[in-house]
Amino acid sequence: MRRSGLGFLWVALVGCLLFLYVPIATVVVTSFNSGKSALNIKGLSLRWYGELFDDPDLGHALLNSLTVAVGATVFSTVVGTMLAVGLVRFARSTVLDAFVMAPAILPDLMLAIGLLAFFTWLGLPLGLGTVTIAHAAFGTAFVVAVVRSRLVQLDGSLEEASQDLGAGWATTFVRITLPSVAPAVLAGALLAFTLSLDEFVIAFFTNGPDSPTLPIEIYSRVRFGVTPEINALASLLLLVSVVAVVAGAVAFRRTERER
Amino acid sequence: MFLGPGLAFTAVFVAVPVLLVLSYTVFDRGRFGGVEYDFTLDNFTRAFEPTFRKVLVSSLGIAAAATAIALAIGYPVAYAIAKLPERWRSLVLVLIVIPFWTNFLIRTYAWIVLLNTQGVLNDALVGLGLVDERIDLLYTRGAVVAGLVYVYLPLMILPIYASVARLERELPEASADLGGSRFATFVRVTFPLSLPGVVTGCIFVFVPSLGNFVVPELLGGGKTVMVGNLVRDQFLKARDWPFGATLALIMVVLLVALFALQSVVSRRFSVEAGR
Amino acid sequence: MASNSTLTRRPWARQLSGLGSLVVVAALAACGGEDSGAEPEKLDASADLTKQSITVSNWAGYMPEDIADQFEKATGASLSATEHATNEEIMAKLTAGGDSGIDVAFVSGQYAQALNEAGLLEPIHEDLVPNLDNLYAQAGELAYDKGNHYSVPYTWGTTGICYRSDLVDPAPTSWNDILDPDPAYDGKITMLSTERWLALPAQKALGYSVNTTDDAELEAMKDKLVEAKKHLLGYDDTTFYEKLISGEAVMTEAWDGWCGYGMAENPDIKFVVPSEGSDLWTDTMVVLKGSENKEAAFAFVNMMLDPEMHAWVTNNVYYNVPNEAAAEFVPAELKQQFPQLDVTPEQLAENEGLIDLGEDSTKYTELTTDVTAS
Repeated sequence: MRRSGLGFLWVALVGCLLFLYVPIATVVVTSFNSGKSALNIKGLSLRWYGELFDDPDLGHALLNSLTVAVGATVFSTVVGTMLAVGLVRFARSTVLDAFVMAPAILPDLMLAIGLLAFFTWLGLPLGLGTVTIAHAAFGTAFVVAVVRSRLVQLDGSLEEASQDLGAGWATTFVRITLPSVAPAVLAGALLAFTLSLDEFVIAFFTNGPDSPTLPIEIYSRVRFGVTPEINALASLLLLVSVVAVVAGAVAFRRTERER
Repeated sequence: MFLGPGLAFTAVFVAVPVLLVLSYTVFDRGRFGGVEYDFTLDNFTRAFEPTFRKVLVSSLGIAAAATAIALAIGYPVAYAIAKLPERWRSLVLVLIVIPFWTNFLIRTYAWIVLLNTQGVLNDALVGLGLVDERIDLLYTRGAVVAGLVYVYLPLMILPIYASVARLERELPEASADLGGSRFATFVRVTFPLSLPGVVTGCIFVFVPSLGNFVVPELLGGGKTVMVGNLVRDQFLKARDWPFGATLALIMVVLLVALFALQSVVSRRFSVEAGR
Repeated sequence: MASNSTLTRRPWARQLSGLGSLVVVAALAACGGEDSGAEPEKLDASADLTKQSITVSNWAGYMPEDIADQFEKATGASLSATEHATNEEIMAKLTAGGDSGIDVAFVSGQYAQALNEAGLLEPIHEDLVPNLDNLYAQAGELAYDKGNHYSVPYTWGTTGICYRSDLVDPAPTSWNDILDPDPAYDGKITMLSTERWLALPAQKALGYSVNTTDDAELEAMKDKLVEAKKHLLGYDDTTFYEKLISGEAVMTEAWDGWCGYGMAENPDIKFVVPSEGSDLWTDTMVVLKGSENKEAAFAFVNMMLDPEMHAWVTNNVYYNVPNEAAAEFVPAELKQQFPQLDVTPEQLAENEGLIDLGEDSTKYTELTTDVTAS
């Protein structure tokens, strides 16, 4: 392929990567500051990582986030997979599709105020329970999206054959349908889990005061100013997402190759 | 059987809540917050008073600016990625995606550290002699737009990349075989056919930008107000839920109009592409 | 002074939530008003408190952590403490209908006023709270509840200008010094973002009441505030003292207690109440009408007014308390370190008490939006 005259494309690409990484790099570098400032480096140390691990509030917030994410993921995965199968195999309808996908398409703020109003109207006390329900609501939609796209690629002939041979719908589902969509179910579950861990707006509206999730805790700290401790936390979270994305990419490539 | 639990769940915890809060738009706020069920259209008249109309217009402006800048950066980048050799391509895609999977608040926070008057960017500008004294970068409208572009840029790049990559494989060679120059190929073939990806990317950036309240709060220093901030304040501070719901409804209506536009555009271009 | 993370635990968060427009979730609150005219319940001063237990909701860090032990030792009754982060949050809980399970709540004065109007508060039984006598006379003249009929003041304070005395010359004396500053300070000033306080400098500079709802006055305030915005670094409720320390800002509109944090880090930071006057805010204790153990509830309120106990707040949270008898338990060094603590009740009471504005509070929402979106 000829590449002449396209130099500006490479400039754009490199510029874009700089744009994406310079702010993050700034935070990572300042997190190793030995001084109290989040902005100006005095010397290098791991002091703020130490403080981070000694901070019980952050530990609680992380635990709260994990609790919510696990609950929401289990629910979304089961219900979402069933929905996807139902939508593809039994009831093809664009109206139903749109209905089921609504929580993924609606602006998060809309869902957040709706659920806040609804939980209040029901008299449900706001807390981790209400956040879990809220996260399950949009998590389900994402699981449906992922599983459905896989189901559409498969044709239904195996299932038909299974039923022609006298297997009931339940047997067919467990022995034929489920194994063939298993990778997509796993992918959907991972997506729901990650989105829940990271979600701020809906949790902010549907949570009570006693049990902040990690993003809520981060938000309240960020509002109270820049500190090296937040820089250290940010760097750790960045590390986690680098590992997760790279692992995901490697796994994806491996399954692609196996096909 | 398969649909039952999921549909019931979605109906109860998505449809009912959204309808409930939308119904608040035609009711009064209670003396102590809450909702009084007396029919009124006051919320709508209030929302279109100059005060709030101005916020709606400026939010649209900020979201549009962020979208336009993201497109200006995102299109050439997506195009460049599509032109990369295979093994480089996935590496660069991973690099683009990593910041996106980092917590949104952390990414916003990074800009406070970067743009601060006492921060590194000012250090660099002063050190290089580009400015005489430290300048206000943070707490400006520009900082809000930059922050929005930053947090949502991957959402612009990925859909454009998806559509360009497909085209790069199939179409331009045909066009080049027929004697079109590279440039002509791009202008007449690649760009028009990548428009659905462009529109999707624009919507992916525009929608969350319009409803965002964290970026204006943290990077705008309270001097820039977007419709998301108003909705948040009406719900969590002023406790005027009916008015907050009305503002949210107006925002959603604007977005639905955009979706409609998008579907028209994509349909037209997929028809032209002969599919 | 501890790190910033401890700051976030402190009750300052109260102020973030703002007085702005009141309040609260449930429509039920509005129907609660019907029994407010009823006779106060007869309470038995000699009731056996060891059989009683109460739940108290307060801002985090606003009373000693071992309060339950102290209370049980003093009265025999048991206590469990819960926390709220903002006035709105506790108001939502108290007015949601049904049993909130809370016997005593800490809320700001104008919220106590609203709770009383909703008929949710038990009148203060003065015979059960003898320590009320410890309070300054001025503490019985607070605008939201003159005579403390349904609320007991816990802390009080005001708002002024917190500034870097080494970077601002001459020192600010007027609200106009931040509204229309010397060009040298352009972009180095912050104002509070919460509705009523965002309006305060203009209100006082123009000679209006902090509780004004007059449309012409609000319009004049708006013009002044829009003009002032051009000189601001930003609106900031939470980190203005950090901006003073770093030098990003040189003058900030500030609550007295918060300015103290800046002073502790940098002795050049000073606090002044402008000559035009300012507001007087109060945090109060209220006893809920729904409480089933009111004798213990009032015993708790009484204990909090004990001079040594009340001085704990000043010594640990650096807020002024309206307790004359507590003054001797506040060390002189502390008042030196935090000059805003060295203020007489007469000086504080010169400022104007904030009250609930009811329906008119939306005018402040509009004013705030007009100004910040300009």
